[in-house]
Amino acid sequence: MAYSEKVIDHYENPRNVGSLDKKDPKVGTGIVGAPACGDVMKLQIKVEDGVIVDAKFKTYGCGSAIASSSLVTEWVKGMAVDEATKIQNKQIAEELSLPPVKIHCSVLAEDAIKAAIEDYQRKQQAEASAAEEATGS
Amino acid sequence: MTTAQPQTSDRSVGPVSKPAAEPPIYMDYAATCPVDPRVLDAMLPYFTEKFGNAASRTHSYGWVAEEAVEIARERIAGVLGASAKEITFTSGATESNNLAIKGVAEYLADKGRHIVTCVTEHKAVLDPCKYLERKGYDVTILGVGADGRVDPQAVADAIRDDTILVSIMFANNETGVVHPVADIGRICRERGVLFHTDATQAFGKIPIDVDAMRIDLLSMSAHKIYGPKGVGALYLRRRRPRVRVVPLLHGGGHERGNRSGTLAVPLIVGFGEAARIAAETMEEESARILALREHMRRRIEDEIPEVVINGSVEHRLPGTLNVSFKYIEGESLIMGLRGVAVSSGSACTSASLEPSYVLRAMGLDDELAHSSLRMCIGRPTTREEVDRVVDMLKARVERLREMSPLWEMVQEGIDLSSIEWTAH
Repeated sequence: MAYSEKVIDHYENPRNVGSLDKKDPKVGTGIVGAPACGDVMKLQIKVEDGVIVDAKFKTYGCGSAIASSSLVTEWVKGMAVDEATKIQNKQIAEELSLPPVKIHCSVLAEDAIKAAIEDYQRKQQAEASAAEEATGS
Repeated sequence: MTTAQPQTSDRSVGPVSKPAAEPPIYMDYAATCPVDPRVLDAMLPYFTEKFGNAASRTHSYGWVAEEAVEIARERIAGVLGASAKEITFTSGATESNNLAIKGVAEYLADKGRHIVTCVTEHKAVLDPCKYLERKGYDVTILGVGADGRVDPQAVADAIRDDTILVSIMFANNETGVVHPVADIGRICRERGVLFHTDATQAFGKIPIDVDAMRIDLLSMSAHKIYGPKGVGALYLRRRRPRVRVVPLLHGGGHERGNRSGTLAVPLIVGFGEAARIAAETMEEESARILALREHMRRRIEDEIPEVVINGSVEHRLPGTLNVSFKYIEGESLIMGLRGVAVSSGSACTSASLEPSYVLRAMGLDDELAHSSLRMCIGRPTTREEVDRVVDMLKARVERLREMSPLWEMVQEGIDLSSIEWTAH
């Protein structure tokens, strides 16, 4: 299978590989996919004042899956959380010129960023209600 | 490529395979082989000055072509311990398998309509069987053990009164695992059932004796033994029992009526020469290739953690190795090995996203089946090439594991089977 130059570039020089502290309340973690399906993405964001200040990923999967997650971390850095929820798999597939059989990689990357944002928001709500309880008692 | 490459990025962990100025190291000899120069030399005159039709009986052009075909037929038969009259030339192993299975099924339709085969067969055996199923035949597909081998007792148990054919491959194309062919042959002969074996991978690589192994039909291909693509053969036993098939192609009655069509004389000459070389060098070459493969296997097992060698090591073709690298995905590994030509399974299925059905049949879970690589050593392979490939593998596997969330989880002591994954 021939890969686009952008896919090869992200595969050879992945941006933002690594992990953030998943216990940090400012960090949201999304893990999507399954080993049995041949791809798992872990995408993490760190949010300060509603802006994603850092993003990291680790991906088990084909080159297109690695490139899709690498690209998304690059995009969301510096983005407002609200803006990041609007990222569509189509944009990822287009940017990387993914062939039809690899579209699911871009879908997974979209799912991963959404899952990370949801995790972050859940944590924030939990903190807020914990804070409320603390002041209420 | 012989020296360490400059690091192009501070993120690079190992040697980065840039689009290579020199061609990648070929390690996919189970997919196909280059034509041996001796084979090409033998073929060339039959394209030009010796261009005759082997079926032309009225002039020397035809006689010359016919003689060349008969020499090739002798040589191919010789590799099997067969006689020349038992060899039918075809366009390749796919046609040979189709002719064997559909040809026997149709010829013996009145006797019975049950066929026994195995789950790890090549599609060129499974698909003709499926076709026959749609035509009202009954097909039993046997499983394999974790070592990739079919149990001869399972064959014996599957044979019924209406069984007309057992088709079990000699050696598997993805793993190189060799089936207990002689045991299966004995069982089939005792039960009066014809035994076909797809020997595409084994022919010319390991000893085959159709009489001792009681094989009745056997499929071969030229391009797996450094012959040309587009030619193969089917061995059809002539005596005790005499095997008859209904042809796939009707026409001029070539090949004793088994396969009509003008013989591809240059290709057949090449096939014959490739068979001659294979027979003459088999002992020496298989020992050399086996030593290289074992060197590669040991280095991989010693130097890369968490690898699984798929299939029996003992019962295996000398040149083939199938390895799963846990926690990384096979396609991404191959993408990183642009300096090496390998595959993640058979060439016919490597474009699909499904994990290998052969490995799954051996009980590998999907994750391991997704992480597999097939490497095949051939006649031109050197020890230096093997070492370079292992070095590249080591670096890539390490790099991809650093990127793998599964590897990270395992390092943290998380049991991957305890996680509820979101299937997609």
